[in-house]
Amino acid sequence: MKFTEEHEWLDVEGDIVTVGITEHAATQLGDIVFVELPEEGTTVTKDEEIVVIESVKAASDIMAPIDGEIVEINDALTTNAALVNEDPLSAGWFFKIKASDLSQMDTYMDAAAYQKLIS
Amino acid sequence: MSDLLQTPLYALHVELGAKMVPFAGYEMPVQYALGVMKEHQHTRTKAGLFDVSHMGQVRIDGPTYETIALGLEKLIPVDISGLGENRQRYGFFTNDQSGIMDDLMLANRQDHVFVVVNAACKTADIAHMKAHLEPELTVTPITDRGLLALQGPRAEAVLAALDPKAANMRFMDVATLMLNGAECWVSRSGYTGEDGYEISVPAEQATDLAKTLLAHDDVEPIGLGARDSLRLEAGLCLYGHDINTTTTPVEAGLTWAIQKVRRLGGDRAAGFPGASRILEQLDHGAPRKRVGLKPEGRAPMREGVELFTSETATDTIGKITSGGFGPTVEHPVAMGMIQADHTTLGTTIYGELRGKRLPLTVIKLPFTPANFKR
Repeated sequence: MKFTEEHEWLDVEGDIVTVGITEHAATQLGDIVFVELPEEGTTVTKDEEIVVIESVKAASDIMAPIDGEIVEINDALTTNAALVNEDPLSAGWFFKIKASDLSQMDTYMDAAAYQKLIS
Repeated sequence: MSDLLQTPLYALHVELGAKMVPFAGYEMPVQYALGVMKEHQHTRTKAGLFDVSHMGQVRIDGPTYETIALGLEKLIPVDISGLGENRQRYGFFTNDQSGIMDDLMLANRQDHVFVVVNAACKTADIAHMKAHLEPELTVTPITDRGLLALQGPRAEAVLAALDPKAANMRFMDVATLMLNGAECWVSRSGYTGEDGYEISVPAEQATDLAKTLLAHDDVEPIGLGARDSLRLEAGLCLYGHDINTTTTPVEAGLTWAIQKVRRLGGDRAAGFPGASRILEQLDHGAPRKRVGLKPEGRAPMREGVELFTSETATDTIGKITSGGFGPTVEHPVAMGMIQADHTTLGTTIYGELRGKRLPLTVIKLPFTPANFKR
């Protein structure tokens, strides 16, 4: 698993990358009440804002970590956004993206480096 | 954060693990370990303790209560003279343009009037009173006391355990109670829609009193995050957001706070800044009004979202002034200021959120029924 400075986790399997937010980010955001996901089939570019997360307090964005196509979204979040707080690293995933250029993953941190960032 | 002020409870907030944020010049707790959602629910079901020491506490003294009351009535369109002893009332300062300078609570404490104003406005409010009240009235900011709010259905039992007289107070009564050895000026009021108390306590005794209240199983510390969602569900105005210097009391739906005696035909009609337009609007209505709005989807719509009559209309009819998620009603909640001809309950209007028009319904406030002990 890799991590972005925006507190996203990225799980690579072949050329499909599953994206969610870290436990640290979920805690910082507080109780999440709404998640707006991109549509399946959308082509996205790195750093494009594609997810809106609304906590009780405020709205924040999640950016596409790499170029590619959204191939699957986590529909469960539409009815139960609290999954992101309950299980951010697994059931609370956001979307799967088919990478156009996997080398874009190289810039991201490994678990040890991310731990250092948030400590 | 070095320029920020701290309340007498600052060290306690830090000890309790609060997340501190800048608010109206103070370093304030936005939430504690429970988080906004649970803090909100705890207040609605048990009791929450809020530090509101950043708010301005002011006493006005004069030769008699009547002279103080009549002096304040020149700035505030409320029946202050007719307020009973040891009773409190909601009010606001108006400006010459008929807008609201600040909203406030004022209490008849017999030989003086005790006023609580918003933190962000307190310096201006005090200057305003000093500039416009007769010289025989003295305006004294009280800077050596903290202010706590204990809110929720269990508040009465919790406070009565410290002084049984707390149980005898009705909504908007004020009294001096001895709480945990401290002489406290207490009102049965608050800003959450729940029964509860606001407690002015000497600064050096504030932390001990807060700790004693928090030691009760039913009491949790509650931050500004939940304070905002509680007052929004309760349909209460937040100064600087739902009301400001450009909104009149009639537009804001605060006409209930202007008693008959201050309206046209009343014995002390008018005689406050901006009276002519406010009284005219009272009789004939205002061009725009504050309404409750329920977003029909799951997406919260927050302050600033523009409102339209349809998905395609080009002209806005107003804006959301406060919005978020209502943890008790479990759906998004909002208030907005919109043109009066679209304020009929049940009307569907549209808010523009991230380029999309999403429906909201005009609904009756509050979202959650008030739970006061009348």
